[in-house]
Amino acid sequence: MVVTFWVLALAAVVFGFGVFRLNSMAQVTFSLLASFLAVAGLVLLLGLGYLGVVIVLMMVIEMVIMAIFMIMYMMNPAGLMPMAMYHNKPGAMTISVGTFVLLATGILLVDWPQRTGAPAPDPTFALGRALMGEQMLTMMTLGITLFATIVATVVLSTGRGRYDRLGDDLDARSADDPLGGGVGR
Amino acid sequence: MTIELFLLAAAGLFAIGLYGALSQQSIVMLMMGLELMLNGVILAAAAFWYFLAPAGTEGQVLIVVVVTAMAVEMAAGFAVATAIYRARQVDMTDGAADLKG
Repeated sequence: MVVTFWVLALAAVVFGFGVFRLNSMAQVTFSLLASFLAVAGLVLLLGLGYLGVVIVLMMVIEMVIMAIFMIMYMMNPAGLMPMAMYHNKPGAMTISVGTFVLLATGILLVDWPQRTGAPAPDPTFALGRALMGEQMLTMMTLGITLFATIVATVVLSTGRGRYDRLGDDLDARSADDPLGGGVGR
Repeated sequence: MTIELFLLAAAGLFAIGLYGALSQQSIVMLMMGLELMLNGVILAAAAFWYFLAPAGTEGQVLIVVVVTAMAVEMAAGFAVATAIYRARQVDMTDGAADLKG
């Protein structure tokens, strides 16, 4: 168990660092995926079977989608040339190292309370009960947020929607398209 | 295995993600930094749940919230990147500094 912890924790941090060190977009994406999988392994190690598996499934899909976008938008998808796309690297390094030192100081100096209680026999069942019970408001907020995200992403990523074509009241006699189409036009 | 070790690993992930989010020019790489920071938060939440209050479910619910936030962040981020790329072929943060000031 301790060995597994060290392997997974080191893998999570090393692959996480690789995200900003590797040269190809595909390698970067899969390095991030490896970091997520290591964290999912640590979550599994702590006895949260359901959440660990959810993280694995979600991150595999998310990173594969991300790889497509990376290759669409970024130069150097194949990693044939070294790439450097940084601004203010020393400043960023100072801030992040400072943040880590601050967090680590807190982590090591705080007198953590004793463990109270024991995990439920089935933590997944307890989570389901909580989400459908006293945490229902959280669940509903998440649902509304996800729905708002769907609407917002569609609006943002639509190039020309029906309001561009047919006017604000959708009452234009003919659609304002850059190119005519259809039979007989 | 102690809570300190778990939290140190989480802090390491958070700091690396912060470095990426601050230093990367590409919008997509910047989002990877944000995801890495949230990755650290997931690990910290799981550790808090296991080592401090395993009887409650708040730690687990927090992980659910963070995982949802990651999905929302990625979807919204790619939508914004698509919109700004379509409007003016910008895929670097330095090209979208209109609000700087």
